[in-house]
Amino acid sequence: MDTAIILMSAAISAGTPLLFAVLGGILNEKVGVINLGTEGIMLIGAVTSCIVFLQTENLFLTFLAALLASAGLGLIHAFVCISLRANQIVSGLAITLFGTGFSAYLGKSVAGSALPVSVPKIELSWLEPIPFIGRVFGNLDIFSWLCIFVAIVMYFYMYKTSWGLHLKAVGDSPSTSDVMGVSVDGYRYFHVILGSMLMGLSGFYLIMVYSPNWIEGMTAGRGWIAIALIIFARWNPLYALACAYFFGGLDALGFRFQLLEVAIPSYFLKMIPYIATIIVLMFVGWKNRHKPPIEPKALGVPYFREQRF
Amino acid sequence: MSQRTSIEQATVEIKTSNKGVFPYRFEYNPHKKTNSFIVPIVSTIVALILCAIFIVINGMNPLTVYGKMVQGAFGSSFGISETLLKATPLLLCALGVGIAYRISIWNIGAEGQFILGAIGATAVTIFLPNLPGPLYIPLMVVAGIIFGGLWGLFTAIPRTYFRVNELITSLMLNYVALLLLDYLVFEPWRDPEGFNFPGTPLFTPFQMLATIGGTRLNQGLIIAVVAVSVFTFLLAKTKWGYELRLLGANPTAAAYSGIKVNKHILLVMMISGGLAGLAGSIEVSGVAHRLMYGISPGYGYTAIIVAWLAKLNPFAMIFTSIFIGGLIVGGYSVQTIGLPSSMSLMLQGAILLCLIAGEMLSKFRLRKATGEE
Repeated sequence: MDTAIILMSAAISAGTPLLFAVLGGILNEKVGVINLGTEGIMLIGAVTSCIVFLQTENLFLTFLAALLASAGLGLIHAFVCISLRANQIVSGLAITLFGTGFSAYLGKSVAGSALPVSVPKIELSWLEPIPFIGRVFGNLDIFSWLCIFVAIVMYFYMYKTSWGLHLKAVGDSPSTSDVMGVSVDGYRYFHVILGSMLMGLSGFYLIMVYSPNWIEGMTAGRGWIAIALIIFARWNPLYALACAYFFGGLDALGFRFQLLEVAIPSYFLKMIPYIATIIVLMFVGWKNRHKPPIEPKALGVPYFREQRF
Repeated sequence: MSQRTSIEQATVEIKTSNKGVFPYRFEYNPHKKTNSFIVPIVSTIVALILCAIFIVINGMNPLTVYGKMVQGAFGSSFGISETLLKATPLLLCALGVGIAYRISIWNIGAEGQFILGAIGATAVTIFLPNLPGPLYIPLMVVAGIIFGGLWGLFTAIPRTYFRVNELITSLMLNYVALLLLDYLVFEPWRDPEGFNFPGTPLFTPFQMLATIGGTRLNQGLIIAVVAVSVFTFLLAKTKWGYELRLLGANPTAAAYSGIKVNKHILLVMMISGGLAGLAGSIEVSGVAHRLMYGISPGYGYTAIIVAWLAKLNPFAMIFTSIFIGGLIVGGYSVQTIGLPSSMSLMLQGAILLCLIAGEMLSKFRLRKATGEE
């Protein structure tokens, strides 16, 4: 029982950065923009948080700084993909390369210094009597709760409001939405930037809660796993919640095995999340091989009003 | 009478308001032909200027930084040979990813395929220690190509049979390859007399590629240039090259005309991986002379930029790989003035971003608004 609780707690803390990034990715892809810059945006979010926190020691300012920095990168991606109609895949790769390099450049001076951060936790004493849940959720930090909250709000926003309907329309058929009077570029800009901010928060969480110490390339491919999880979660924020914690659990499991001194070298245990991603995607692809694809139909296609078909 | 005048006035007002504050409008024409050399050059300059702004904000003089980079990369015969040494694997990897991008297969796994190639070549030296000397180099090169090609196939199979996006698979496999490399050089293949250095023992002279002149340059450079020529020929003159071009231009039309799309994807990914694997085997046998920790400083990712900067044209890749190779060597030399070598990564990202933005921007034209729309 204790092991299960520890594992679940570890899954939540490893899964939260993934969840932020997946939610950001869903917002991007739902309006038809692929954002492969996730990894770079996360790194920029993390390094900005690190620098600002060391300067100000103010959690709220740090939070705002991470949002602002990632929104900046999101704006670049949005401008290149939406206004200039460039290749979204290449633009995302460029953002990732730039983010990786720029974060290393900025983080040179703060590398290795541990952050004296204490994130406030929310104690829910009324949860105590419930056996498993009480121990896991009774003492979570506020940002984990924020992430769950964002996921639920996003679900209602996407499926229960008219804005959500517009969002889906813009991602599925931009020309129809345009005729209906929905601003395609406006929706795309707004959600790409909003999504990038969530990715930045993922970096913020990573450095403020998960491991408070800046290391070059500290995301270690989490941005890419998040992109894969979007597909696994079928573009649904609530599924994303489950998927992110599942993958966080895998991450934690590898770490637990290391402590148990199993005969498998740690290098192979670290491969688990990456290989699991591929296998899970293959499974999803195989299961849905006869169904029509459920991804937004205009995903990756730039919209150009004067286009002749 | 007065009523009419007011209507005329109103019309004039509408016309002017239609012109707006800014009497020009941007028009987008996807078919506009653009000069193929000016865009990459201008984009690179813009990227350098943008990064200069960041450098100024950080309190450094960008001219000193760039001067240092140019001097480090091209300022001495040592610098030039180092630049060409970096350009060789970049050229081969770029050729590999470029051929995949031509048919819209987004292989970003060149890094992993490169590492697997290096592992393959080293495996020959470790598992076959007593071969006759001259057999080693050909065997190592072939092993590198096969290992890299198979790693590429691991990306292609989920894509063709399971509808898995190859971007994600190829990238996940990069991390797996990196961990595999770490395992090999830290555990079973580690040199017992290496003072804890994470690497295999040094190769014997028969396992090393011959050098050119008195520099560290080796035959790998020649292999790379030959590979470029072969691919240019194959793409331009053979049926396979034609089918590939058709598949790149319009996959639906290609499928209807009887081209086996899946077969092409599998083959192209194997070639793509094989070329990166070749680069890996050249790197261990020609430059490092051993398999070691961090054998690739991100060649696989950098190759993506080399390929795009050359607009996927194999011959142009020769020049872009030298340019980016210089950027990497220059990146090392700025470490002496206290900047991280990842400076060059930042420049690369900025160049790529400016390049694709510039390419699209050049298809817009500024036209005087007529006000009659």
